[in-house]
Amino acid sequence: MQTRRDVFFHSAKVATMLASLGMLPSLAQAQSGAYNSAAFEAKTMADLVKALGGSAPVQSKDVSVTGPDIAENGAVVPVGAASTLPGVKRLLILVEKNPSVMAAMFEISDAIESSVSTRVKMGQSSNVYAVAMMADGKMLFAQKEVKVTLGGCGG
Amino acid sequence: MADPMRIRAQAAGGNATVRVLMGHEMETGQRKDSAGKVIPAWYIQNVTAQLNGNNVMTAQWGPAVSKNPFLQFVVKGAKAGDKVTVSWVDNKGDKRTDEATVS
Repeated sequence: MQTRRDVFFHSAKVATMLASLGMLPSLAQAQSGAYNSAAFEAKTMADLVKALGGSAPVQSKDVSVTGPDIAENGAVVPVGAASTLPGVKRLLILVEKNPSVMAAMFEISDAIESSVSTRVKMGQSSNVYAVAMMADGKMLFAQKEVKVTLGGCGG
Repeated sequence: MADPMRIRAQAAGGNATVRVLMGHEMETGQRKDSAGKVIPAWYIQNVTAQLNGNNVMTAQWGPAVSKNPFLQFVVKGAKAGDKVTVSWVDNKGDKRTDEATVS
């Protein structure tokens, strides 16, 4: 017969096994280069910061976000993130009211300028953030409100 | 196999601006089809850019990046004749690599 205690110990063992394989999301993110699904599933900025292991984000003039004031089509919103500071490790593009906050994460090397642009989907009018993650884990951000007249999610 | 990417790399003032247009559905996994069934997510997860074979940038994308994604970045010190290679891998394991010459 299997008691509740047995089940508990068994699941604890399985969890340790998974952890050692790097299967649990909280540990898998430690390996760089692998897809950070924990970060992409984060629903709020606070969750995201936790998933990436940075410090609390601070608004900064040295980071800029570009985008339209009004986007007619939420399925295609051109957004750019840039920073003038040296030592930027990552640039993130976040859309506050999307189902998952983070749209894209760029790993910046010394060989490129810390400025990237792409196009994202937005479900509704919302703040768009550009976050620069520095080599020391500091996170700086800039924000901009983008109004969407036609949402990009749903059919 | 996915459609080829359109890559344009233009040198200006010692740097090169690279613009990439990829062909991909970028399905979010949030939409439903006419029968009310959820369309499974299908999107590019990893993007890598190389200059003359050296990694210059990697990116991770979520489903919030638009269909047929556009990407622009600036490579320092690239000059005409250098080779820019961009590759992506999506969540189904499909991949595509394309190359362009800086002009």
